[in-house]
Amino acid sequence: MIWNEAKECMSRDQLQTLQSARLVKLVDRVYHNVEFYRRKMQELGIEPGDIKGIEDITKLPFTTKADLRDNYPFGLFAVPQSQIVRVHASSGTTGKATVVGYTRKDISVWAECVARAFAQAGLGRDDVIQIAYGYGLFTGGLGAHYGAENLGATVVPMSTGNTKKLVTMMKDFGATAIACTPSYLLHIAETLEAGDDIKDIKLKAAICGAEPWTEQMRKQIEEKLHINAFDIYGLSEIMGPGVACDCIYHKGLHVNEDHFFPEILNPDTLAPCAEDETGELAFTTLTKEGIPLLRYRTRDLTSISYAPCECGRTTARLSRFKGRSDDMLIIRGVNVFPSQVEAALLEMGETSPHYMMIVDRINNLDTLEVQVEVDEAFFFDRLSELDSLTKKIGHVLQQAIGLAVKVKLVEPNTIERSMGKAVHVIDKRKLV
Amino acid sequence: MLVNQLSVFMENKEGRLEQVLETLAEGNININSLSLAEATDYGMLRMMVSDPEAGKKALKEKGFMARLTPVLAVDVADEVGQLQVVLTKIKQAGINIEYVYSMKAGGDDGATIIIRTSDLEKTQEVLKA
Repeated sequence: MIWNEAKECMSRDQLQTLQSARLVKLVDRVYHNVEFYRRKMQELGIEPGDIKGIEDITKLPFTTKADLRDNYPFGLFAVPQSQIVRVHASSGTTGKATVVGYTRKDISVWAECVARAFAQAGLGRDDVIQIAYGYGLFTGGLGAHYGAENLGATVVPMSTGNTKKLVTMMKDFGATAIACTPSYLLHIAETLEAGDDIKDIKLKAAICGAEPWTEQMRKQIEEKLHINAFDIYGLSEIMGPGVACDCIYHKGLHVNEDHFFPEILNPDTLAPCAEDETGELAFTTLTKEGIPLLRYRTRDLTSISYAPCECGRTTARLSRFKGRSDDMLIIRGVNVFPSQVEAALLEMGETSPHYMMIVDRINNLDTLEVQVEVDEAFFFDRLSELDSLTKKIGHVLQQAIGLAVKVKLVEPNTIERSMGKAVHVIDKRKLV
Repeated sequence: MLVNQLSVFMENKEGRLEQVLETLAEGNININSLSLAEATDYGMLRMMVSDPEAGKKALKEKGFMARLTPVLAVDVADEVGQLQVVLTKIKQAGINIEYVYSMKAGGDDGATIIIRTSDLEKTQEVLKA
């Protein structure tokens, strides 16, 4: 089912005309309302009048996560705070959150985009959808929730954490769809298998996102649960889930191009890539009011195709994500940078600065172990003191990155010293 | 008597204890007594050795995390209930015992017990009295 045929199936020419008109208005808005963009454009010697259509987008400045951090918390907002009806936040590189704000219209555009995604997955008002993303500052829970409500489905706001209750309600309520991270869904599948409950569920689709996953994992989910699994993509800086989602043909994620203009750039030169060539994805938020961003560098690596899809949609499709152009990890949907761990350890000052992060997926749930070398000055003969040091490090790291961490104290000089760029991460999850 | 104990932090890895013992043997350092306390991921090896300073140096050269920890070596008669008498005195003085292990099993010369408490100085006074 196509939720908004007028927008999702318009001709490429019509779409370009719409994008051009929206970009011109957007540039005018950010130039006059956001000091940061006015300065950037002045530095580049351009004025709003120089942007006449979507083809002029390459003249515009880029935006990075660091820019959001430098303007923490509300510096990039383009409207007075009185018009902001909600904020969300995700973790940043140095513990400072990346904050985004939404106007009432932004929330409604978001709900529209997510409803399109759910419709793409064949869902509608007769469905019972369990939302099992975290509710809160993270965009996953509320983003999926508003989209499912907009769709007219019966929404069950489960959030995360209580798998047993989720499974019980899945059976009792006859849930037909679930929105959660793919690894959590595999965990749910195993819980269902263990209780011999799969035959009692009515699930037909899952909309999974917020973390990277492979085509193999998608197929595994589909086989285990006898459902269709869909890949939804988004990031809080741009909006949250619903920026793009794949359709029943699973040949790439359809971008909601009337709201988000995608570019694929060479990560080194930032020059545009050709169609189907892999590069870094950047987005310009064509309609956003609260915190509109120009050419935001997502750091996600993918390619784009403009060929029409068998499903009838004409929107551009992103290929499955191939990794990142920076060192950010996504663990249980949480963005984690090694530099956050390093900064927290250094600030604490009770360990050596040598550390190694080991990311793994055990029983389909991501785990993070941080190995820290015992420092001469903080080496105690008493196990109780080493135990409290371990707990303290765990607490400090959890505060810094927002994720439970298993801390392991290791002997000095056992973490490899590298001559060039230090290796701080071993990711054992086989994702690509 | 206040003595220096050699403490070594060891990850729970195969062959690690053997490497410690090998290092001490190479340095011609004799081990008089040893105790190994274990946590999930690591262990703490505590030893009374013939030359603690040399032992620490040899281990550190091999990359081990080793340090000297002052502990009390207490002689007790090799008779029923004698260790309890000592520990009761410490307890009654409000001192916390962190760990205890035996150094010399006993016989005619009596036994020697290694004790680490929260206040070694006070423990010494209590035991002298």
